Parts: sequence; structure tokens; C-alpha cells
Amino acid sequence: MSVKTPSKLEKIMAAGHLGVTSECGPPRGSDPEVIKEKAGLLKGCVDAINVTDNQTSVVRTSSLATCIHIKLMGLEPILQMVTRDRNRIALQSDILGAASFDIHNILCLSGDHQSFGDHPQGQNVHDLDSMQLAWTARKMRDEGTFLGGNEIKRPPEMFVGAAANPFADPFEIRVPRLAKKIAAGVEFIQTQCIYNLDKFEEWVRQARERGLTEKCYIMAGITPFKSAGMAKYMKNRVPGMDVPDDVVKRMADTPKEKQAEEGINICVETIQRLKEVEGVAGFHIMAIEWEEKVSEIVERAGLLPRPEID
Amino acid sequence: MIVADKKPVEEIIEYVKDCKKVLVLGCNECVTVCEAGGKKEAGVLASTLRMYFANQGVEDAQVDERTLERQCDHEYLEEIREIADQYDAIVSIACGVGVQFTAEKYHSIPVFPGVNTCFLGVTEQRGLWTERCQACGKCILAYTGGICPVSRCAKRLFNGPCGGSSNGKCEINKDLDCAWQLIIDRLIAIDRLDLYEKLFDIKDWSTDRAGGPRKVEREDVQI
Repeated sequence: MSVKTPSKLEKIMAAGHLGVTSECGPPRGSDPEVIKEKAGLLKGCVDAINVTDNQTSVVRTSSLATCIHIKLMGLEPILQMVTRDRNRIALQSDILGAASFDIHNILCLSGDHQSFGDHPQGQNVHDLDSMQLAWTARKMRDEGTFLGGNEIKRPPEMFVGAAANPFADPFEIRVPRLAKKIAAGVEFIQTQCIYNLDKFEEWVRQARERGLTEKCYIMAGITPFKSAGMAKYMKNRVPGMDVPDDVVKRMADTPKEKQAEEGINICVETIQRLKEVEGVAGFHIMAIEWEEKVSEIVERAGLLPRPEID
Repeated sequence: MIVADKKPVEEIIEYVKDCKKVLVLGCNECVTVCEAGGKKEAGVLASTLRMYFANQGVEDAQVDERTLERQCDHEYLEEIREIADQYDAIVSIACGVGVQFTAEKYHSIPVFPGVNTCFLGVTEQRGLWTERCQACGKCILAYTGGICPVSRCAKRLFNGPCGGSSNGKCEINKDLDCAWQLIIDRLIAIDRLDLYEKLFDIKDWSTDRAGGPRKVEREDVQI
């Protein structure tokens, strides 16, 4: 795949290296030091940092403002944008705003339903869906025009990503859905957290058979369990999550004081196994409010040092 | 049909507590089918209000009931032309359309809603009504197996389920079917899963409420 944007993440994966990303959730306040501290923990161990967009429908500092802070620190942000809160005018406007700070990555999502958050009585917008947002970002970049058709002066240059959940239902369309996202213009995928490796590998195999891994970089989603309780919660309470019983048992059989370490061990083993899977182009490590562990995971999984790319 | 649900009677009492003469106005159409605003419900509400006034010691209060064939047509609403003026208030238990048309027609009489108008839907079983249509003005059912993602997906997604679809159910409520699971099942049943692979164009929402109040004007049927 040829490089189409100035995105460092794109260049690294295009050069054949495994890409590594992590994420930074903006604070529920306006203190920029919180952002700088979190992002600082990821310096040197990832290629780019996702910035979540009011995740779980809880109000936080905006993704765009947080991306700017991270960019000004000399790090590479990935602007997450959900279609829940903004219509096509606001979405395109924020893409331009991000482009004006030379933010070169976008991740297009529909967003958690607002009923999960702290404003369940709010409206949702969904003027576009996540695929249509990806299509919009590509049109803005490649054709240099807005959805309305007018020309953009200095179009955005963004590497366009989306999420995929290899475990969600209905299973019949998990791969067709990936194909559709790629047809919409998605160039990289970050997957849902992977605990069922067999099922994930089957999904990648089917994607490979359709030639999809030649058209799109697939980054495997990794989230360490902090405790056996978290494993059970993810299995039972988080929609679309597939945590096999043996993984939950492994956490539960570990003494409480060693569970966090065991969670990291599982991550490292997962990365080591998936590194060998043809079609896996990188890893997206979502250490939720546990950013300080990312460097350890990346190091133990043999993903350091990160490649230097111009 | 338009599905409505009864308002709490306390809310209705709050509207009319200072009135002496009240007309409860039912509708014989959708709200009769969904058992929220038909003749039977008009009778029950009128009795409840009478009881309220009696308990309050308002001896000269009068609550009458009447049910029209429809409240969304001039000709039926005209049936109360002769009597409307004698009331201090009308409580319409038709849908929001009926309430408004009654208010438009009887300009100087307060008209209060007696139901909450909910959605366009079906009777799944007695006592259970569910949504099917949001009247977006540009029907896409031909491409989605006859199941509407606008009205039945909590995020009105056009290109497939979100990551929260689990065991055929929506992430927001385990009792709610995932619209996209239904669509995929149906496309498989009619052997048209190929339709899923086509990227849906960005929707023109100008025919939805986004475009402002809508109208349908048909010269061919105008007199």
C-alpha cells in the first residue's frame, strides 16, 4: 500500500513495520496537565495516540482540543470522531480545524449510545454513520471538496481509520462489513479488544481471503485486565465483547495481588501470537486509565524501539 | 397507526383544575386502536375528572365527553362547532395532530393534550405497540429487506450494525431487537444479502423534520 498522507502511523505500516497505537481519554475538566501527563506516558512507545470523543457518552474535553495539546507536545494524535453529537456541517468543520493543526489521522465511529452516559436525555444526531464519515473524510482529502460540492482550500490530509468488532453479531456480515468500510475509504482498522484469539484469527483469515488485508491495515485491539473482576465485567456487561471462559478463569485463579501482572502477561502473549498472523499490521493498546502500563506491554511484546520515519 | 399513551391523570387535572366546563374529546381512529384516546378512554377520563371536581367540592363543574370519527379532518371537527363555545377547555385525547387541529379550529378555547403521542407503529400484541416508521419522507425499505434502520436502530445506522449488537439484541436494551440483525436475517431469507454490500449514500434529511414542517400537495386530487 502506498503512502497517501503525511501520517507517521501510515508511513510506519507502509514500510512494513507493525504499527503501535494507544489511547488517551480526555479529562472531565479543562486541566491540560492531565492530558500532558497521560500522553507523556505514551511517548516513545507508540506511533500515534487515539484521543477518544466523549467516550461512553460522558462529557469530557473535546477530542479536537486534546489532539491539539498532544500535537503541540510533538506527538502524533488520532482524532476520534463520533457521529452521535455532530451533523455533517460540524463534522466537516472539525476535520478542517484538525487539519489546520496538521493532525493527520482520523478514526470514524458512530459512538456509544447516549443512554450509557451522563446525559441520557440528550438527542443523538447520526446525520452520517461511521462509514459515511470515513467516505466524507476521503472525499475532502482526495477530491478537495466538501460534501456539498464546494472546493476546499488546503484540503485535509488525513489517514482514515475506523473500528471493527470481529466478535459482534451477526457473524455472517463481520467480514462483509469490513469490506464495506474499506469500500467507503477506510485505510486502517483498530479492532475491539481481542480475548478470543481463535475467532479473531478466523476473521483475519476470511478478510485475507477476500484480499482486504492488502487494502487496509488491521491493528489488533489489546486491553489488559487489571483484575478478575474486570474480566468478568467485560465478559458479562460490555456489549459486543467476547471473553472466553478460560481467560476469565485464568484471571480468577490468580491470587488477587498478582492479577494485574497476569493481565499484562495475557496481553503480551496475545501480541506475540498475533504478530505472526498474516494480515495483522499492528496493535492498538487500550489500557483504560492505566496508560503507565503501555510501555511495559510494548517492551515485553518486543515492539520497541519504535521505528524512526521521516 | 399513530401510537399514543395515556398521560398521567394528575397532569390533566393540573391543566383543567380551574375550569368549570370541560369537554373530553376522543378520536375514533389510531388512538382507539391503541386504547389511549377512543370512546372508552374518553368515558373513563371524563368520569375521573368529574370525581376530581366532586371531591374538590366544585359542585357546578361539568365534564362532558364526545368522540369524533377523526380529529384530523375538518368535516368531523365541525361536528362540535355548535357546542364548543360553552366550554372553558377541551381535553383532546387524540394524537398531537388532533389536539392541534382542534386548537386551530377553535381558536379562542384552550385545548389540552390528554395523551402523549409516541410514534408510528403496530400492535404486536394486545397491550404492546412498537415503532416501525419515523416518516423521514424518503423510504429506503426496498434496500433493507423491508426493515427500517431509521426507526428501529437506536443510532439510525445505514450501513450495518454497530459493535454493540449482541445475540440479535441492541446494546441499549436486551429486550430490543437489533434492527440490523433483523435486516440481515431478512436479506438472507430473500436471498439478497448482496444488497448489504452496497454502501448506502449519505441520506438527504431535508424531507425529514430537519427540513422544517412538511406538506404533501397533490394537484391531481385537489378540488
